[in-house]
Amino acid sequence: MLASIRSAMGAIPRIARINIPQRLISTSMVSKSDKLFVHRNTEDNKPGIKFEFNADSMKKANEIIKRYPPQYKKAAMIPLLHLAQKQHGWVPIYVMDYVAKLLEVPPMRVYEVATFYTMFNREPVGKYFLQVCTTTPCELCGASGIVKAIEDHLKIKMGETTEDKLFTLVEVECAGACVNAPVMAINEDYYEDLTPETTIKLLEDLKAGKEIKAGPQSGRFTCEPAGGLTSLNTEPTGPGFMVRSDL
Amino acid sequence: MLRSFGTIVNRKGCSTIAASQQSKKLAVSLSGTTSGKQIQRGLATATESPNSNGQAPRQYGGLKDQDRIFTNLYGRHDFGLKGAMKRGDWYKTKEIILKGEDWIINEMKASGLRGRGGAGFPSGLKWSFMGKSSPGRPRYLVVNADEGEPGTCKDREILRNDPHKLVEGCLVAGRAMLANAAYIYVRGEFCQETSRLQQAIDEAYKAGLIGKNACGSGFDFDVYVHRGAGAYICGEETALIESLEGKQGKPRLKPPFPADTGLFGCPTTVANVETVAVAPTILRRGGNWFAQFGAPRNSGTKLFCISGHVNKPCTVEEEMSIPLRELIERHCGGVRGGWDNLLAIIPGGSSVPVLPKHLCDTAVMDFDSLRDLQSGLGTAAVIVMDKSTDIVSAIARLSAFYRHESCGQCTPCREGSRWLDLMMARFESGNAHKDEIDQIIEVTKQIEGHTICALGDAAAWPVQGLVRHFRPEIEKRLAQA
Repeated sequence: MLASIRSAMGAIPRIARINIPQRLISTSMVSKSDKLFVHRNTEDNKPGIKFEFNADSMKKANEIIKRYPPQYKKAAMIPLLHLAQKQHGWVPIYVMDYVAKLLEVPPMRVYEVATFYTMFNREPVGKYFLQVCTTTPCELCGASGIVKAIEDHLKIKMGETTEDKLFTLVEVECAGACVNAPVMAINEDYYEDLTPETTIKLLEDLKAGKEIKAGPQSGRFTCEPAGGLTSLNTEPTGPGFMVRSDL
Repeated sequence: MLRSFGTIVNRKGCSTIAASQQSKKLAVSLSGTTSGKQIQRGLATATESPNSNGQAPRQYGGLKDQDRIFTNLYGRHDFGLKGAMKRGDWYKTKEIILKGEDWIINEMKASGLRGRGGAGFPSGLKWSFMGKSSPGRPRYLVVNADEGEPGTCKDREILRNDPHKLVEGCLVAGRAMLANAAYIYVRGEFCQETSRLQQAIDEAYKAGLIGKNACGSGFDFDVYVHRGAGAYICGEETALIESLEGKQGKPRLKPPFPADTGLFGCPTTVANVETVAVAPTILRRGGNWFAQFGAPRNSGTKLFCISGHVNKPCTVEEEMSIPLRELIERHCGGVRGGWDNLLAIIPGGSSVPVLPKHLCDTAVMDFDSLRDLQSGLGTAAVIVMDKSTDIVSAIARLSAFYRHESCGQCTPCREGSRWLDLMMARFESGNAHKDEIDQIIEVTKQIEGHTICALGDAAAWPVQGLVRHFRPEIEKRLAQA
């Protein structure tokens, strides 16, 4: 029975191919995104797995929700997803469902948001999430060298996680610290003014469990010109300086 | 061929080719330029004020420390309330609030401050758009701290080193707009910056500077922080509002304008961090103080971020209209390998067209004169490229950026940014036909102006700038392959 249906189905396209003229309009290729948008249930990522905010997150969540008008509770969605990601490490579908329940919106509203924004990891990431900026200003200062150094050192490619689940390497668009290029964010901290050597040192220290110092790795303090200030050399002026008389 | 592309102009100026040709005919040469070259001036650019004593026009730049607004730009001092008050923040804020909305807006208009987020719209005017009454509806000020334009990193320094300037700015700007609350939308990646800003807000609440009866003036005003989640498009004002409402950051059609129907359906004004943060100092020192800096209609001081191939990249506050070359040589130790090693500069963040060296020699950093060079000041993020740069590859990377960041709402931008990326990748490898250079310009023309927001334009302009100034470079590469 099944076989006959299958053979009948197989026959249809053959006939169709003869009768219908070939499509003349050229179509463009399917535009694939760099992220997966289709959800497929897996053992560790399917609806129904239990997730709840712990007491600390719940307290923060309530504080966040209070910032918005009561009828627009939904506005707290992105901050709550951040909170959930911080607690859980990533944002699987059951976490999205929980946030939807908390904000009293259909789950689809949360799925839409969680897939739109790049900061929500819908797949588990390593303990240290390495986000290297490779946009033009960083690239001019050698970001591709940093990427290569990390790939060679950890023996992973862009987008992969090391076997010990310690490091995940991704490429991000402009991190917004261009005068301190090249920049890499590890979890929530920025590591700036990198060279391949300092980058590898950071990774080794992390692996050895040592503390690492966020910020510029070159000895610069923040965004000032290296080796001596060209402005703001003097002590800042105090209250009342140059204030108009009619205030 | 090059000539016909040379007439592409910024849409904010003269938009048609005919108009720009006319403006070229009428362009006036400015006297007193050091190089003796003639600078083309568009019709909308203010003239130099005539000198009664026949001296050369004023040279801008070399701001004194006492005139700098962001005195803790480099984080050398305490960012908290105590340190901020010691540097003169929160001084006589109550008196400013009690002066009333008309006084504040008039001072802002007198200061000539233009929005620091890229478009350069006069701030005083914008702050008056919400009108004075909106019965039954709250009113909001939204501060755009979703800084993500490649090259730009000024707001980050304000958020982490001078957060009280921003909080105080929210209060006075909120008073000018008769707003009830301010939401500061900070990009998600800025975790440390957000926590410092939150600390500053908590301190200000505790000291009674904001909240109920802010500063004891009888005006109630709340300030909240909202974290984004890594989408460049949320820097567009209506996308930011959508994102703040907990939706995908897809820009809205205008009208209705946010000033009428914005956040939560209420009157809203969106302003950049720097614009808001400079307001208290302007009001304390007077609009005329701010207006004395920079060329007419481009007044004030500005944070410049200089990145790329300079000896000492840095963020610095300087006077508007400072010559580009002086900015780089005074604060950044010059271009790597000397000025003659310069290839090109993107003067205002990734969205504005690139300038080749011969234009950089005389370029002046302000809204009007960069527009006359068919580029723009944008966010004043200067990206310097020396002769070792593969310019095609650098712009191709920007096309990849816009492809990644297009929200996918309007077809010309969603598809067009991808086409640009693919075509630029072909140019980069040399695997393309010479005719494709004209084709890519045609594609950019079909994106530009056909989308809801300016991201489509921003994707088109860097490519147009590249072809306008570096067409022989691309042709050479295609011939070699």
